Amino acid sequence: MTNTPFQKAPHVGLFATCLVDLFRPNVGFAAIKLLEDAGCTVSVPQSQTCCGQPAYNSGDRRDAGKIAKSVIETFEAFDYVVVPSGSCGGTIRKHYPALLHDDPAWAPRAAALSAKTHELISFLTDVLGVAAVSAAFDGTVTYHDSCSGLRELGIAAQPRALLATVDGLRLSEMADADVCCGFGGTFCVKYPDLSNAIVEKKTEAIVAAGAETLLAGDLGCLMNMAGKLQRQGKAIKARHVAEVLAGMGDAPAIGESE
Amino acid sequence: MEITAPAFKENAKKALADPHLQRALEHVEAGFIHKRAKVVAALPEFEALRDAARDIKNHTLDHLDLYLEAYEKAATDAGGQVHWAETAEDARSIILDICRKAGARTITKGKSMVSEEININDFLAENGVTPVETDLGEYIIQLRGEPPSHIIAPAVHLTKDQVEADFRRVHTHLDAARDLSQSTALLAEARAVLRDKFLAADVGMTGANFLVAETGTSVIVTNEGNGDLTQTLPRVHIVIASIEKIVPTLEDVSTLLRVLARSATGQDMTVYNTFSTGPRRPGDPDGPEEYHVVILDNGRTAMLGNEFHDMLRCIRCGACMNHCPVYHAIGGHAYGTPYVGPMGAVLGPALFGLEKAANLPNASTFCGRCESVCPMRIPLPKLLRHWREKEFERGLSPATQRWGLGLWAFFARHPALYRAATRLGIAALGRLGRKKGRFRSLPLAGGWTKHRDLPAPAGRTFIDQIRDRKR
Repeated sequence: MTNTPFQKAPHVGLFATCLVDLFRPNVGFAAIKLLEDAGCTVSVPQSQTCCGQPAYNSGDRRDAGKIAKSVIETFEAFDYVVVPSGSCGGTIRKHYPALLHDDPAWAPRAAALSAKTHELISFLTDVLGVAAVSAAFDGTVTYHDSCSGLRELGIAAQPRALLATVDGLRLSEMADADVCCGFGGTFCVKYPDLSNAIVEKKTEAIVAAGAETLLAGDLGCLMNMAGKLQRQGKAIKARHVAEVLAGMGDAPAIGESE
Repeated sequence: MEITAPAFKENAKKALADPHLQRALEHVEAGFIHKRAKVVAALPEFEALRDAARDIKNHTLDHLDLYLEAYEKAATDAGGQVHWAETAEDARSIILDICRKAGARTITKGKSMVSEEININDFLAENGVTPVETDLGEYIIQLRGEPPSHIIAPAVHLTKDQVEADFRRVHTHLDAARDLSQSTALLAEARAVLRDKFLAADVGMTGANFLVAETGTSVIVTNEGNGDLTQTLPRVHIVIASIEKIVPTLEDVSTLLRVLARSATGQDMTVYNTFSTGPRRPGDPDGPEEYHVVILDNGRTAMLGNEFHDMLRCIRCGACMNHCPVYHAIGGHAYGTPYVGPMGAVLGPALFGLEKAANLPNASTFCGRCESVCPMRIPLPKLLRHWREKEFERGLSPATQRWGLGLWAFFARHPALYRAATRLGIAALGRLGRKKGRFRSLPLAGGWTKHRDLPAPAGRTFIDQIRDRKR
C-alpha cells in the first residue's frame, strides 16, 4: 500500500498531543501503525508535553514561547514531526514562527521545525503519497472538518480520500461539516453557554446525517461533540479518523466504557 | 448607544433565550452565506480581486497622510468643506454647528456606522435637531430605540411580525385594518411615511464607503436609494466618514466595489452606487447648496503601524459576522458596541477601551471562518489574539484563568513533573470513570460538564504505555 519516495525510511517524531496522551492513547497507537505501514520509523519522545496553544491563545506569549522552545529542542532532530491533530499541528507549523520571529537564536529553529511538521493524515497523503489504507469498518460515518486543520493546513480532501478506501465504510456528509463545533480550546469553559449553542447546532447536523459514527481529526472537537451527543442521549459513537484508518475502530468509542 | 460590552456574558445569555432573535438569526446563516458563495463561485478572479483590494488599502494606509491631504484639496476645490474631527466629541460638535447654521430642525440620515460610533442621534435630539433614519432597517430600529445589530443589516435581529407590530404602534394615522402580512406592504408603508420626511429635512447626513483622493468624491452604496434622496434633496449634505475610508483613485473604487457587494450581500454590484463631488454647481438640476465632509480619527491613527494596522483595511461588508458561529448564536446586540462580530471584536477595544471590551476578543473559537471570507484578507483571529495578549500583559484577564494556565504552562515546561502529575491524575480519573466511560459532573470541570459529558481518560497515558514498550 505504500509508495514512499524515500531511499531510507523517514524518521518521524510523533507528537501525540496532550489530549491524546491523557485521554485517548488509542489515537497515538493508530498514528504509529499508519506511519509504520507507510514505511516510517516512528519515535515517541518521552519528554513531550503540550504544544503551548492554550497559553498562546490566552495571550500568554512568554509561556507559549518557552513551551515552543522545549518542543523545538525535543523534536528538531527528526526528519519529520507528525501530529494527529490539525490544531496542535497548526500551532507548530503556523504559529511557532510567528511566536519566535523576533528571537534571532530561535526564529530559524522555529522555521525549520515548522517546515517539517505535518498533521498526520495530510502527511500520509501529501508527503508520503499514501493513496489507500488496508482497514475495514462496517458502518456509516460522518466527518467533521476541524477548523484549524481545515483553514490553517488545508485538510479536507485527504481524510475523505483515505476513508473511501476503508472496506465496508460508507461516508454520509453532514450539512455544514466545515462549521466550528464550538470547542475552541479554553473558549468552551470560558463561555460554556455560547459553546453549547454552537455544539447543539453541530450535533443536530450530525444526527441528521444518519451515520452511526462521527469522525474527526482533532480530539478536542471530538470530546466536545461526543460529550454533547452523550448528554443528549444519542447513540452515535465518536472516534478519531486515524483509529478507523488504522483498523483500530473497534476500541470503545470516545466516552464509552470498555 | 450605551456600551454594554462589559456585560457581554449576560447579554449573550439573554440572546440565547430570546426566541424571536433565534428565529431571526436563522436568516443570517441561510441568506448571506449561500448568496455570497454563489457569486464568488461565479467569478473565477475573485481571489485575485481580494489580493488587489488588499493591496489598494495597504498602499493607501502606507501613505495615508498624503492621500488625506490630496482628498481635502480636491474636495475643497470642488466647493466642499472638509472638517477634521480627532474625537467623537469633536465630530458631534462640528455636525451640530453645521445644523445650527443651517437652521435645521430635522435631518434625514442615510445608513452610517460612524454616526453610530459617535452617537450622533441622541446628541442631535438633545440639542433640538430631530434625526430621521431613512434606511429601512435603520428606520425600524429607530422606532424601537435600538442600536443596529449588524453593520449592513441593522434590523436583522427582528422578525417580520415584530416589524409589523412596530409599524402599527407608531403609524397610528393609517388605517388600523390595513394588510401588512407581506414584506412588500411593510416596505411600501415605510416608503410612504419617509417621503414627507425627505422633503421636510433641512440637512441630509450620510456616511461614506469611500472617499476618493483623486477627485474629492464621497461614495455610498445602498440598495434602497434612500441615500440619494438623503443627500440630494436637503439644502445641506454632511458626510461623516473615518480616515481609513480614503482610496487613491476612482479606478481603485471600482475594484473595491466589486469585492464589497459580493462579500456583503452576494450581489454582483450594489443597486445604487452614488458618487458625490461638492455641492450643486451652476446648471446642476439638483444637489445641496452646501457639502460638508467630517473626517473622524477617534483612535485610528494610533492603530497605524501597530499590531492592529491591518484592521484599517476593513470596508465594512459584514462577511465576517455573517460567517461567525458566535454571531449566529447571539446576534449583534450582545456585543454591546456599535461594531459587532469579529470585526467589532477587534475594533471595540480600540475604540472604547480594552477594559470595557475585553470580553469581545475572548469570545471567539478562533475557527478562522471570518478570515477565510474577509475580502480584505484581514487576519481577524490573529488580531483578536493580540488583544488577548494586551489583556494578559496588563493583568486584566481573570485571576483563576491566569493561575490555571500558568500552572499548566509550568508543567508543560517540566516534562518529568508533568509526567508524574498527569500519571496520578489520569489514573484517578480513569478509575472513577471506568464504569461509565464518562462523567456527567466533575469538580472543577463545571464549565465543561454543565452542558456535556466529559469522556473519561483510559487510565494510563500514551507516553507511559510507550515507555513500557521501550519505543
